[in-house]
Amino acid sequence: MWRGDYFFLIQNLVEKDFKVRYRNMSLGVLWSVLNPLIMMGVMTFIFTKIFGQGGKGFPLSVLCGLVPFNFFTLAWVTGTTSILDNTGLVKRVPVPRQVFPIASVLSNGLNLLIQIGLLLAMVVVFGNGVNIYWLWLPLIWGLEFLFVMGLALAFSAINIYVRDTRYVIESTNMVLFWLVPVFYSFSAIPVRFRGIYQINPVAALVLMMRNVLMEGHAPLASTLVRLAIVSAVMFVTGWWVFGKLKDGFYARM
Amino acid sequence: MLIEFQNVSKCFPHSAGRQLLRTHITRWFGRVHREPFWALRDVSFRLEDGESLAIVGSNGAGKSTILSLAAGLTRPTRGKVIVQGRIAALLELGSGFHPDLTGAENLVLNAALLGLSRKKTNQLFDRIVEFSGIGEFIDDPLRTYSSGMVMRLAFSVAIQCEPDVLLIDEVLAVGDAQFQEKCREALAGFRRSGKAMLFVSHSAAAVREMCDRAIWIDHGSVVMQGRVDEVLDAYQGRVVL
Repeated sequence: MWRGDYFFLIQNLVEKDFKVRYRNMSLGVLWSVLNPLIMMGVMTFIFTKIFGQGGKGFPLSVLCGLVPFNFFTLAWVTGTTSILDNTGLVKRVPVPRQVFPIASVLSNGLNLLIQIGLLLAMVVVFGNGVNIYWLWLPLIWGLEFLFVMGLALAFSAINIYVRDTRYVIESTNMVLFWLVPVFYSFSAIPVRFRGIYQINPVAALVLMMRNVLMEGHAPLASTLVRLAIVSAVMFVTGWWVFGKLKDGFYARM
Repeated sequence: MLIEFQNVSKCFPHSAGRQLLRTHITRWFGRVHREPFWALRDVSFRLEDGESLAIVGSNGAGKSTILSLAAGLTRPTRGKVIVQGRIAALLELGSGFHPDLTGAENLVLNAALLGLSRKKTNQLFDRIVEFSGIGEFIDDPLRTYSSGMVMRLAFSVAIQCEPDVLLIDEVLAVGDAQFQEKCREALAGFRRSGKAMLFVSHSAAAVREMCDRAIWIDHGSVVMQGRVDEVLDAYQGRVVL
């Protein structure tokens, strides 16, 4: 049984992921800022100039969708491959295996912080400025992290048994891009489909980001409760699936 | 008592090779049945404080499986493995290292993986660097190191982090003669302080020097266990088919 400092270990794994990812890029962390800005620019051009839709707030609205969506897809994929990516450690060091997907999701969090910083700066400069409801953001994002960690735990374990898993997830993410209101607003969705959107934690996150940052009001309690329940259930399920499968890792890696 | 194996058997599924959706589907429908592979059968032994035990046997006999079980990397299919105290496993030295991180960063990461706290790591940092003899290169990325340097760093972290048991898999052929001498001294000191070692090596000389007792494993079963000289004499005098 491994006994040690979990916090120190996870912190080190997160730092490793982050350093390894950015050390070989000459622009480093700047990529984190450039990527969503470019996407925002392209989408704004297409929807306002070509389709002739979307108003003044469109670029910010897109960014409110892109930042959560990018985080979700990246964290899900890297979380899923995390056990396999750390084969050397999993087969040689008896640390509790759960640390790898969790650290992987958290290391995407550093990238996310930079993007949220960008988003908040844009809101202050071009949008409505700071309001008291920003205080909801840590809670909303905390729930989202819980959700993604649950996914990462479950899928990183499944990926050891079925190596095609990551490709299934990459395809799912492409579909999800259209099913999360990134470039359309929540009010454009017909009422009968809204229930589905509110259960989808990524869509709920986008919705609440816009509530807080653009519309300047607190997120709806009902949406928040749904997100909390879905996230908690996902985390518990992920932890359980991982626990069921982890004893088979060694022989299959 | 630090490590005890009670009638331990370990079985690996044969299909462990390819894990693709296709493999699973053909298995469900085709019902291809392959015999599982028993890496260990009914192995029992004890490792006491201050003792150093060698495991000898030919390739594929199950030596590494014993170390993996003792390190807690995998669980026995049957029987029981009891481990007390902190174990540092020197299995394929440097497998926890990342080439893009510096020596110092790898050192801290490895210490965290072994279970050390931040405080303890900071305390030991200078001693580990000094023991490794890597000097000013400690802040260079690991990919610029020679393989000997990587091994020296990994060994230094493991030996300096004060484990109760060291698991050593064929790694003493590390570094130059001078560093090997340093390793031997460190291991001797480690034994004198009442710590235990589980030692796998193909070098009979190293085994005789380092160990009190030995187990001879063949095809997953214990052939003989006892004093290191007796077991090694029998092992080296075996009939090789």
